[in-house]
Amino acid sequence: MSSTFDQIANIIAETCDIPRDTIKPESHAIDDLGIDSLDFLDIAFAIDKAFGIKMPLEKWTQEVNDGKATTEQYFVLQNLADRIDELVAAKNAAPGA
Amino acid sequence: MQLDYFQLIDRIVDLNLDDKKITVEAQVPAAHTIFEGHFPGYPIMPGVLLTEAMAQSSGWLLLGVMKFERMPFLAMVKEAKMRGFVSPGDLLTIDAKIEHEGSGFAVTSAKVRVGKELKCSADLTFRHIPFPHPDLRVHMDAMANKIGFPLQAITND
Repeated sequence: MSSTFDQIANIIAETCDIPRDTIKPESHAIDDLGIDSLDFLDIAFAIDKAFGIKMPLEKWTQEVNDGKATTEQYFVLQNLADRIDELVAAKNAAPGA
Repeated sequence: MQLDYFQLIDRIVDLNLDDKKITVEAQVPAAHTIFEGHFPGYPIMPGVLLTEAMAQSSGWLLLGVMKFERMPFLAMVKEAKMRGFVSPGDLLTIDAKIEHEGSGFAVTSAKVRVGKELKCSADLTFRHIPFPHPDLRVHMDAMANKIGFPLQAITND
């Protein structure tokens, strides 16, 4: 089974037509890969579907805007993979999961 | 359908918030200046307006699901397929359903039929935000009343 990072990287490569081999765990989705907010909606849709979660994009954006978090925490891909793993774990731990 | 005001939906026929589906009707005007140019001697409804009609149908569905607390704005159109001509005077039946509810965005699919004939379809993505201006909320309330939006559907839970 591929890692969360690999799944995200494959989604980004397919969604944004970015060569897969240029997408690294340390890549920043916005600063390094040039993904804009509209493309990120597509990526979020694909990630939500692939992992059965709802990425809290609005909450993350608010935290960045409020200075409570940096974009690196959510948009460096290995960090994004870690956030997704946390969301999947939380979903699986929820009652009725 | 009031093309000059970009109001493409005439009435809501069915709204099912549990299944997240909506059916609306829209009467294409028998005559309009648009048809003088599109096209002379062979008037057909422009595909962009059919796409907008699908977007407005989806928008009313999303407004209902979000209990008129947020306003959806069209962000992306995918797989838009114009499958047959729509003529002046046609009555459109538009079905839309929510495919995904994300954080700050939603994805719908929609279809336009004339009678039983499928005329076009598309997958649509919307961003949604709290109403950015009180006038817009007032306008949407008035439009909801005009097109028969079943407000009880969002107050009966």
